[in-house]
Amino acid sequence: MEKEALDDLSQVIPSDRMYLDLAERYCYSYDASFGEYLPEIVIQPKNAEEISEVVKLANTHKIPVYPRGSGTSLSGGPLPVKGGMVLDMTLLRDKLIIDRENMLAIVSPGVITANIHKKAEDAGLFYPPDPSSSNVATIGGNLLENSSGPKGLKYGTTKEYVIGLEVVTPTGEIIRTGGKTVKNVTGYDLTRLIVGSEGTLGIVTEAIIRLIPKPQSKHTFVAHFNHLIDSGHAITSILSSGILPSAMELMDNACIRAVESYRPSGLPLQAEAILIIEIDGHPLAIEEEINKCADICRAEGASYVKIAETEEERQTIWSARKSVSPAITQMGPTKISEDATVPRSQIPAMMERLNQIREKYGLNLVVFGHAGDGNLHPNIITDKRNITEMKKVELAVSEIFEAAIELGGTLSGEHGIGTLKSPYMEMELGITGVNMMKKIKEAWDPNNIMNPGKIFPDKGQTRVVLVT
Amino acid sequence: MNLPVKPNETNAVAHNLYSDAYDWTNQCVKCGYCLPACPTYESMGVESASPRGRINLVKMAAEGKIDFQKDLAEPIDLCLGCRACETACPVGVPYGHILEAAKEAIENSPSANQKNKMNKIKKLALVHLFPYPKRMNRIGSAVQFYQKTGLSKIIRSSNVLQKVSPALAHLEQALPAIESSSKRIRTGTIMPAKGETKLKVAFFAGCIMDSMMSRINRLTIELLTIVGCEVILPENQNCCGALHSHQGEIKQAKALAKRNIQAFMQSDAEIIVNNAGGCGASLLEYGHLLADDHEWAGAARAFSEKSKDISQILHQLGPLPFTEEWQGIVSYQDSCHLRNVQKVQKEPRLLLQSIPGVSYVEMEGFDRCCASGGIYNLIHFNESMKILDEKMKNLKDTKATAVVTVNPGCQMQMSIGIQREGAANQIKSMHLVEILAKACGLD
Ligand SMILES: Cc1cc2nc3c(=O)[nH]c(=O)nc-3n(C[C@H](O)[C@H](O)[C@H](O)COP(=O)(O)OP(=O)(O)OC[C@H]3O[C@@H](n4cnc5c(N)ncnc54)[C@H](O)[C@@H]3O)c2cc1C
Ligand code: SF4
Ligand code: SF4
Repeated sequence: MEKEALDDLSQVIPSDRMYLDLAERYCYSYDASFGEYLPEIVIQPKNAEEISEVVKLANTHKIPVYPRGSGTSLSGGPLPVKGGMVLDMTLLRDKLIIDRENMLAIVSPGVITANIHKKAEDAGLFYPPDPSSSNVATIGGNLLENSSGPKGLKYGTTKEYVIGLEVVTPTGEIIRTGGKTVKNVTGYDLTRLIVGSEGTLGIVTEAIIRLIPKPQSKHTFVAHFNHLIDSGHAITSILSSGILPSAMELMDNACIRAVESYRPSGLPLQAEAILIIEIDGHPLAIEEEINKCADICRAEGASYVKIAETEEERQTIWSARKSVSPAITQMGPTKISEDATVPRSQIPAMMERLNQIREKYGLNLVVFGHAGDGNLHPNIITDKRNITEMKKVELAVSEIFEAAIELGGTLSGEHGIGTLKSPYMEMELGITGVNMMKKIKEAWDPNNIMNPGKIFPDKGQTRVVLVT
Repeated sequence: MNLPVKPNETNAVAHNLYSDAYDWTNQCVKCGYCLPACPTYESMGVESASPRGRINLVKMAAEGKIDFQKDLAEPIDLCLGCRACETACPVGVPYGHILEAAKEAIENSPSANQKNKMNKIKKLALVHLFPYPKRMNRIGSAVQFYQKTGLSKIIRSSNVLQKVSPALAHLEQALPAIESSSKRIRTGTIMPAKGETKLKVAFFAGCIMDSMMSRINRLTIELLTIVGCEVILPENQNCCGALHSHQGEIKQAKALAKRNIQAFMQSDAEIIVNNAGGCGASLLEYGHLLADDHEWAGAARAFSEKSKDISQILHQLGPLPFTEEWQGIVSYQDSCHLRNVQKVQKEPRLLLQSIPGVSYVEMEGFDRCCASGGIYNLIHFNESMKILDEKMKNLKDTKATAVVTVNPGCQMQMSIGIQREGAANQIKSMHLVEILAKACGLD
């Protein structure tokens, strides 16, 4: 880092929150995805004013700025691909106010999402977005990636709950978008534009999020299917029967085997799919709904259906699903985790395409995901030191995206574009579509300093490159 | 704009680390699930003080991208070794092994000669003190002399230690009253069970436990005999080597392990009992420590399989014959090595709850390291106290009159915390064995 820039930064940030040593820089060179890029400096700001000053200096000295929450992104979101500075936002965690009357939470971006879940629940309220990283990830990271989890089906994603923001713009001004009202149609909806923008349009320094009443109770069951296609039909039949489950999770045979060999718990090795379905709401209503859903599964050919009678049984059902991630990492050191999403009617077709891709490249590919909203997680488990296999993975990944888009779906249901999917943006949006987005980016960020290298592909980049 | 990365130490050490630990570091998928479990990440708030950060740095060092002394040593040194990260990790990354390999590599790196004074003191103690029971006992007697003669009172009132080193001053005050050596049960002794013999056990006395806390050792043996154990104290046993492996002195640790295996395997005991979480964890890992040593691997594994914590045995053979009530609230601070490595968490709690009169209250964050961490509290005094002070807030909330641990380091750290709070009149720090013995009318 040039001395002049460093001197200027030292005027704004005390030295004990500014790191130039190699060790610390390496510690902010990764996220939960793939690449490794060394930043020149790491800064831990404490408030919006400091950030505003830092961003102004970054514009003066043309230094890239990479905001970072807990670094759990699976798409390379916070990676400092062009060097520059990482802004570690985790010290901004002092505010977590639950406003019961207005059913809101006002939060600093560095607050861990699970803490919001807990505080809201203590007040009898509910913040539904539940990425499985919620014990680690920050609400800032959730917002910028528009995260969600199994509950997305019924309750939508993070963007459904964010109604106001404080943002430091890419040129260093502090602005507010939206506010405390649930209805707000004043001008362009900048709040929604920023949510999911992956830190390319500014740095969020405070958020107002909407809470809803906590559902009174929930009911869960698991169904085993010998044929994947039947589970697809069960999903669509349930959804068209007028019942909206709060979660519908799917595991394919490869997942079942992985979980069984990791933590044997009597899962059916011959089954092509397992569905986990949860319903929440009024105790009387869900009693009836759960039985109806179970009947539908049986009618569609489920070989086994088990409704949880106790909380313990409910946890047992979910633990199979929760073991998927750790189980598959036992199969190899490198995990490429995708989240291609298709309209739910196309789930069986997508599963078939994924099967073909697995066969064609002979890869260790497992599929699980949030079936109710079409959000599948094909995961390829490999070893990045195996260059030949990695080249095959690159091709397979491309084909996964092509399949999703051909079936009317999208590149990402929840992990974001980051560095890993940027080459495919045009495939989904077309040149003009991408250009409209680029125009917004250029207008907001004339010096291209906010999280450069993300979302938009570099010139001529048409494929993900995992190994060079 | 990136600074060039100079592989500074692409030498034998990096190579060794690569072959020892690189595969383990590669198991880490950087999900960050370990971050909320790590006390140093919480207190220091930077990624290099997190398990994920440390694992990555070890990987970088093995790849020759960073320097062992300049870049790796400090983040590794600041780790408590509590291994809470291992318990939290969904993938099962063996952090403890990575940590040990890193420490050994740092010790052996060519630039290791620029070490500071603390390291020399540390080394002196490790090489010349802990391995020798006689020397440790002499220190124990010296401290007893110091406490008995009233010298300690003079020193305390003069505040001189505080000026020399606040860490030492704290430790001095936390030292338990040392029992006269005439009461100490000698090695080589066999203590018969009271009543029917249900189990033959060999007792691992430990180095610090034996010299400074011989009272707790004596009470341990008495408790074991009253639940029906014949207790053997094998001769020639010595320090478990935990401090050595934690400080990267693997060779010394292995030598100590072998001596212990030899000493214990000669007895016909079914179980090897210890009463210090840290030592117990180390005994449990002899199998791993000597896995590559053809001559010793089998015996080491067998030794580890026999090793149990005192709470497991007392719970298994209980209930204890209590004679006294303990009126008051009791809380339990997990010893990290007992909880995270030996995976013992239920038994101490059940034993405490079984004492007549006790109201047991769980403290918030019971599973978090108290930052005693071997000799961490001496080497990193300020960092350690920051973590401890947080713990004390949680302890206060329980309104406990006794906080119980199963490890000498934790017990002393709790005493230090209590002193810092000025709460010595309201709450005591006790070893599990002490409170159980008291309730059984032993003393
Ligand atoms: C095991 C595991 C499971 C996961 N499960 C899910 C899941 O179920 N659903 C899901 O949606 N995701 C999931 N993820 C992905 C990831 O956890 C989410 O994307 C999460 O929202 C990232 O949060 P973070 O705090 O770690 O942010 P980071 O990864 O640090 O950053 C994410 C993005 O946000 C930007 N950013 C962060 N903070 C700010 C800020 N204050 N202002 C501006 N930009 C900012 C960064 O630049 C980056 O682009 C999972 C990840 C892992 C490792
Ligand atoms: S929890 Fe395990 S895999 Fe995840 S970052 Fe920590 S050590 Fe790595
Ligand atoms: S051993 Fe303890 S202090 Fe060290 S990284 Fe793991 S959790 Fe943190």
